[in-house]
Amino acid sequence: MSVDTIIDLKNIVVSFDGETVLDDLSLSIRNGEFVTLLGPSGCGKTTTLRIIGGFVTPDSGDVFFAGKRVNDLPPHKRQVNTIFQRYALFPHLNVFENVAFGMRLQKKKNAEIKERVAELLKLVNLKGFENRRVHTLSGGQQQRVAIARALANGPQVLLLDEPLAALDLKLRKDMQLELKKMQKSLGITFIYVTHDQEEALSMSDTVVVMNEGVIQQIGTPQDIYNEPKNAFVADFIGESNILDGIMRADFVVEFFGRKFACLDRGFAPDEPVDVVIRPEDIDIVEPMKGHLTGKVTEVTFKGVHFETIVDFKGFKWMIQTTDYYPVDSVIGIVLNPEDIHIMKKSEYSGLYGDYSSYSEEFDELADPTIDLTDEGGGESVD
Amino acid sequence: MKVLSKVYTALIFFFLYAPIGVLILFSFNDSKSRVTWHGFTLKWYEELFNNDQLMDALIVTLSVAALTAVFATIIGTVSAVGIHSLGKRMKRVFLTVNNIPMVNPEIVTAVSLLLIFVFVSEATGWFEMGFLTLLLSHITFSIPYVILQVSPKLRQMNAHMYEAALDLGCSPVRAFFKVVLPEIMPGILTGALMAFTLSLDDFVISLFTSGSSAQPLSVVIYSMTRHRVSPEVNALSTILFVTVFVLLLVVNIAQMRDDAKKKAAR
Ligand SMILES: Nc1ncnc2c1ncn2[C@@H]1O[C@H](COP(=O)(O)OP(=O)(O)OP(=O)(O)O)[C@@H](O)[C@H]1O
Ligand SMILES: [Mg+2]
Repeated sequence: MSVDTIIDLKNIVVSFDGETVLDDLSLSIRNGEFVTLLGPSGCGKTTTLRIIGGFVTPDSGDVFFAGKRVNDLPPHKRQVNTIFQRYALFPHLNVFENVAFGMRLQKKKNAEIKERVAELLKLVNLKGFENRRVHTLSGGQQQRVAIARALANGPQVLLLDEPLAALDLKLRKDMQLELKKMQKSLGITFIYVTHDQEEALSMSDTVVVMNEGVIQQIGTPQDIYNEPKNAFVADFIGESNILDGIMRADFVVEFFGRKFACLDRGFAPDEPVDVVIRPEDIDIVEPMKGHLTGKVTEVTFKGVHFETIVDFKGFKWMIQTTDYYPVDSVIGIVLNPEDIHIMKKSEYSGLYGDYSSYSEEFDELADPTIDLTDEGGGESVD
Repeated sequence: MKVLSKVYTALIFFFLYAPIGVLILFSFNDSKSRVTWHGFTLKWYEELFNNDQLMDALIVTLSVAALTAVFATIIGTVSAVGIHSLGKRMKRVFLTVNNIPMVNPEIVTAVSLLLIFVFVSEATGWFEMGFLTLLLSHITFSIPYVILQVSPKLRQMNAHMYEAALDLGCSPVRAFFKVVLPEIMPGILTGALMAFTLSLDDFVISLFTSGSSAQPLSVVIYSMTRHRVSPEVNALSTILFVTVFVLLLVVNIAQMRDDAKKKAAR
């Protein structure tokens, strides 16, 4: 274990009522890092935080804090503080006393407390709110009080459980910037939970992608986005077209019956793989000049770009383009080697990255069923 | 239609409160007559305070009520907290079990308490029927009402608040007193007042569990009225009625204030 590892989770297993919630989870977090746990609802993010905070004891596995095993250390003796999913401010105390709560427990001197609270309230932009009751504050303000309260004890690690989930988009963006700035200036470790992938990518040093209690990938935001490890990550982070391909040789992949140059190697000859192509990487050209040609089936205006669904031989892709191509127009696309990313096959292969069901899902599904039952009925009568 | 409904309401209130009104009125009547008005007097109140039997009973009643409020509230609150921390199914089981004594006919509770007191006192000789058994029985039947008042407050509390206190450095016990207790205080106070008035109010159970050494007012008045209803009893009943009425008023106003505050918070 390196010296600057502050938190180390080793082979953590947690189950509730016989259901495994975290399955052999190992994660080590460096001091001063901004780490984000990212994953769909119910994947075990909060549980992971609660293990670090001391509110959940793992069935097996170890938790280390600064090199010491802390499995059995109760929450009030840990040098971490938490911002809970729903703030959990103390309603019978005013803003000042909420922030001062931890310091009062440590029997700090009144003058010192006063000074520190003022400093913290300034940090979170709530100067002058000392005497307000917490229930008279807006969601964003309560959030700031929760941050100040958690920072008051000078924790080495701050745990944040979807702290911005209840705020509107604009406020959320502002707070993202503020939190990031705060983390940098304080120089402490933030472990941040979110299911918003944009938030995770824009704030973190390291992103940990989870699904169903298992870590899918750990990496920098760029790594996670550009080099997703499997179909789940590729689909969860941003939009992805994921197709079946075969690695014919190093740097050569075949899909749609055509060989493409790519940047990946190290696969067995003729190994089946998942091919990821990001919607924004695809260049649209005249039909004659394209590697592939397809027909536009749906266009949605998204502000910055048009989200265009294109049918290639029955397989629908999403393409993001700033130019407008009307429905039914035929286009060609060019794929450069750097636009193609190859992943090993995984349990998630074939589950994600197909936009066929994206449009008119129910019409397409419903009609054949009706036909089938009609036919079946006719036959039995005969 | 509107007039009719008003008349109806007035009639209901008249029948509800007329007996009490008459009782209060005749506690000031300058005669033993229960039929005719002979002028205003306070002499029944004076005699009441000089009647040792009634005064002793009053002291028993008030001290039992006060002690019941204290013990039933503590035990009930601790139980409610314990029940709150149970799993979903066990919680439901316990709350149902808690509801049974409240709907149980009082006479059944009274007889069963009498039986167990007699059994224990004869088997061990630790105590005789008296103040202690009276107090124990009152605490017993008051606890479910306290639990019923405190449980919803615990349920309404943000579950993470207790954890936030731990997180900031409170030991579990300290977190309870600093954060959980203030949150559920309104429920505890209502529970305590309920225990107090229920104890003040009780007759059936007291009749069975009080013995001869420490009889509460209700029991004493009952035995007195078998001979004659002295106007002193009117005076005493008036005092009791006013006490309970004021207590109820306090509880209701407190609750209304609490609700208004909650509404403002939203
Ligand atoms: N105390 C508990 N008792 C029983 N099951 C629990 C408990 N806590 C969590 N779970 C279950 O564990 C799983 C993971 O929960 P967790 O709260 O860690 O998810 P999450 O990733 O934080 O989800 P969200 O994004 O919705 O907050 C869920 O299926 C949840 O129902
Ligand atoms: Mg969660």
